[in-house]
Amino acid sequence: MIGLLAKAGLQLIMVLLVAPLLSGIIKTLKARLQTRRGPGVLQSYRDMFKLFRKGMVIPESASWIFSATPYIVFVTATLVGLMIPMTTTDAPFSLFGGVLAVVYLLALGRFFLALGGLDAGSSFGGLGSSREMTISAIAEPAMMLAIFTVALAASSTNLSEMAKVAVSQSWKFLAPSQMLAFAALFIVLIAETGRIPVDNPATHLELTMIHEAMILEYSGPYLALIEYGAAIKQLVLMTLVVNTFFPFGLSSDWTLRGLGVGLLFYFTKMLLLACLIVLVETTNAKLRLFRVPELLMVSFIFGALALISTFLF
Amino acid sequence: MNTLPVGPAFTLSLAAYLTGALASLATWRKPALCRYICCGSALAGAIFGGFAAVFGILQGTPVRWSVSSGIPLFRYSFDYDALASFFNLTLAILAGAVSIYSFSYLKEFEGKRNIGVFGFLFHLLFLSLTIVFTAGNAFLFLIGWEVMALVSYGLVTFYHEDRETRRAGLLYIVMAHIDAGCLLLGFALLMQVSGSGDFASFHAAAAHLSKGQQAAAFVLFFLGFGIKAGVIPFHIWLPAAHPVAPSNISALLSGIVLKAGIYGMARIFLDGLGVLPSWAGLLVLIVGVASAVLGVLYALMEHDLKRLLAYHSIENIGIILIGLGAALVFRVSGHLQLAAVAVIAALFHTLNHAIFKCLLFLGAGSVLHSTRSRNMEELGGLIRPMPVTAFCFLIGAVAISGLPPLNGFVSEWLTYQSLLAGFGATGGLTRILFPLAGSMLALTGALAAACFVKAFAITFLALPRSAESRSAHEAPRSMLVGMGCLTVACLSLGLGATWFLHVFDTLTEQLLGPRVGTNLITAHGWVLSAGTPHGGLVSTSVIAIALLFLMIPAVLLVSIAGRRFARRQGPAWDCGLPGLSEENEYTATAFSKALRMIFSVLYQPRREIQTVFDVSPYFPKAIRFESEIEPTFEKRLYVPLKDLLLRFASRMRAIQAGSIHAYLAYIFVTLVLLLLFGVRP
Repeated sequence: MIGLLAKAGLQLIMVLLVAPLLSGIIKTLKARLQTRRGPGVLQSYRDMFKLFRKGMVIPESASWIFSATPYIVFVTATLVGLMIPMTTTDAPFSLFGGVLAVVYLLALGRFFLALGGLDAGSSFGGLGSSREMTISAIAEPAMMLAIFTVALAASSTNLSEMAKVAVSQSWKFLAPSQMLAFAALFIVLIAETGRIPVDNPATHLELTMIHEAMILEYSGPYLALIEYGAAIKQLVLMTLVVNTFFPFGLSSDWTLRGLGVGLLFYFTKMLLLACLIVLVETTNAKLRLFRVPELLMVSFIFGALALISTFLF
Repeated sequence: MNTLPVGPAFTLSLAAYLTGALASLATWRKPALCRYICCGSALAGAIFGGFAAVFGILQGTPVRWSVSSGIPLFRYSFDYDALASFFNLTLAILAGAVSIYSFSYLKEFEGKRNIGVFGFLFHLLFLSLTIVFTAGNAFLFLIGWEVMALVSYGLVTFYHEDRETRRAGLLYIVMAHIDAGCLLLGFALLMQVSGSGDFASFHAAAAHLSKGQQAAAFVLFFLGFGIKAGVIPFHIWLPAAHPVAPSNISALLSGIVLKAGIYGMARIFLDGLGVLPSWAGLLVLIVGVASAVLGVLYALMEHDLKRLLAYHSIENIGIILIGLGAALVFRVSGHLQLAAVAVIAALFHTLNHAIFKCLLFLGAGSVLHSTRSRNMEELGGLIRPMPVTAFCFLIGAVAISGLPPLNGFVSEWLTYQSLLAGFGATGGLTRILFPLAGSMLALTGALAAACFVKAFAITFLALPRSAESRSAHEAPRSMLVGMGCLTVACLSLGLGATWFLHVFDTLTEQLLGPRVGTNLITAHGWVLSAGTPHGGLVSTSVIAIALLFLMIPAVLLVSIAGRRFARRQGPAWDCGLPGLSEENEYTATAFSKALRMIFSVLYQPRREIQTVFDVSPYFPKAIRFESEIEPTFEKRLYVPLKDLLLRFASRMRAIQAGSIHAYLAYIFVTLVLLLLFGVRP
């Protein structure tokens, strides 16, 4: 019990510390690739710090749902952060929820975020909520197929078990089913974290925005909580991708040495994935909203092919 | 433990329902008294029924009574086994909550409608459902089934002044009789083999069924029970009939009457027909997937709150059938443990859906009671005048979307786990179907979440869209108590799922053999497992506790960091226009627009925009917008079928000449044919 809480506390600190850094790194990398100087990797912390100390304006038409939403978004994302293996295969909360719980807890956060968007009563929020729920709904089957492919190989939906199996056969990612599942999950990752070509995190133009439209009415600490939650969600999904497909350096226990090595590998892997995301973001234009389903359909087909190839090869 | 009074409690509950039915009729001239009797005796019946069910579950061994009727094949036999107890428990929970709810709800009927007749039908519905869930004889079952259909018809058409209601009632009664006909044929087939009308004899005779007989009986029962459960493509009566009934009745129709179809399938497919071939299981699975996905897609296009909920019933019946179909496939391939997990997933979802759908319909009933409108486009902002209703509806919405830590999540999680296990347990290409079904279940869940964001937000959040919703008021206390009971049930079945699952131990033991409850529960009852050695684990209770604990730093952070500035209220961003009104809000139609475009192949949407202007089209005086989707099944399947039937009927008119000589000749020919071929030496 004490050990469990200690592990949970340690991972909680890691999640909370690394999440803003990761979005800072992505922003900086993107700026460098576009030959801009960019704001520096620590900017996300500064933004968050500033937002927490600001006052906030609550729309007159909003109810308690509007105020509850930031907490729920933040808390669900953080809890999910405790369920995934980051540096060791032994995630502190993996006993209490596997990959299905991860997907559905994130869906719980999204459910309330969409309600919060509609609660203000302006058209922007509704527009964002509608688009967010639509895109996440059609991303869901592709994500599940990709996850099932990995889960079936490990015959478990428990993330620690999946990581252990992945570690024991560490070059498995060269199998066609794994590559296809990775491609499927990468497209879903882009859609779920609201990145180009699906959504543009840097815009406030009503024709293009999805996530930003939903949270348009939020300000101050509430906005900070939502942004923090979004950063954690991004961290979680990226961790999920790197640790299920490239389980190098995952230590099997919580020793100091294991943690050190694990952390080193973890940062390297995350940095590489961040580079890939930035590359995709910089070399692509944002898709029209009604082109996004086609992209997600490609992801679904990758997932289905991955599944079929698990028992062909 | 073997002396629990199952029989007395069961008899008392039947007696309470019967007395209530007669007493309601007798006191119809005194509406207030009649209302007290109506709700009181139904509540008493529900409590006795609940005790009987709990005793039946605790007892662990089936209780049987049988009285001869003097008619061959027909006996008054009751089988109170684990399956019957489980469905009676579901019935008792719903009957109790709805009885409490109805106490205030029926008040508006006083002086306007005949509460006596309502109470009579209300009690008969519970009585017939109890008989259906406990009957041990095919004829007794069919009598209960028929009474249930007729009473439901009476309740669906309770607002009979309305043309729409009468049409829906007609559709309902026609479909109900097609399904009763299928069941009659199916039972006739089984009785021919077993030589008796008792379910126990079907079980014994299942081994003597030939392959062809088994297949024919399966198809007939699947049609019969499928129509009653509202699976696609036999669903068309459901979204027509459920919304037009009084709201407490809609809650019962969607909550428990549909489940009679599921009960029948569980009873006959798992017990009466022997081990069904795997194509039967796959058919159930595929129909389940189709119902789930299409049901939620049609629900998304609805802006009538009660019709939306009715379409969601189709979706959830689909999810239940996915579990049931998987169980049938596992059983024929010899994986009884897995089959037991899949049955638990299906039946637990049956109970969960009964509870949250009943809750949502009662919530919609409170909204309708307060605003007189089912159209979401006229509602909005109801969370302020109706906070308790809104909270209950929100819990129901989260539960039906399958989100943790509520009960819908637990049963969907079990369904996922059994589907994933199915991939390893079966061979050949069919195994691909299981993960594909899983991904379609994921699509269904996500679309259901989108739909309930719409249903809750458009109805309860933002600004009111009409005068009625501006002057809305909270529902009377007994309605809130009724909804509150179901809300508590949703929460406790979600958080306490691992403790509740023991209920299924005797059930799977009696139906399939293995007791799996102990395999599914680990870590001192806190964690639910998939039943396989290294399989999935989840714990809704720990998730809920962890969410609460993580809430503490978040709240501290906001309150400490934000203490420097007071939060203030201001108008929402209006793009510099002179303030936002309800006309600027997003509507239900607008919310589902993106999905309407993406799935336009299915919906075939049609829209019409007319602009009225004086001088320039840029300054319109009025705009008329009309949008509709194509009712594919009605147009492509049922209208041609109806036309064919009518054409056939007009051909048949030639032999119905009205001449008595002709009719006598028909009778004579029939008699001769029967004597020649029908009577065996």
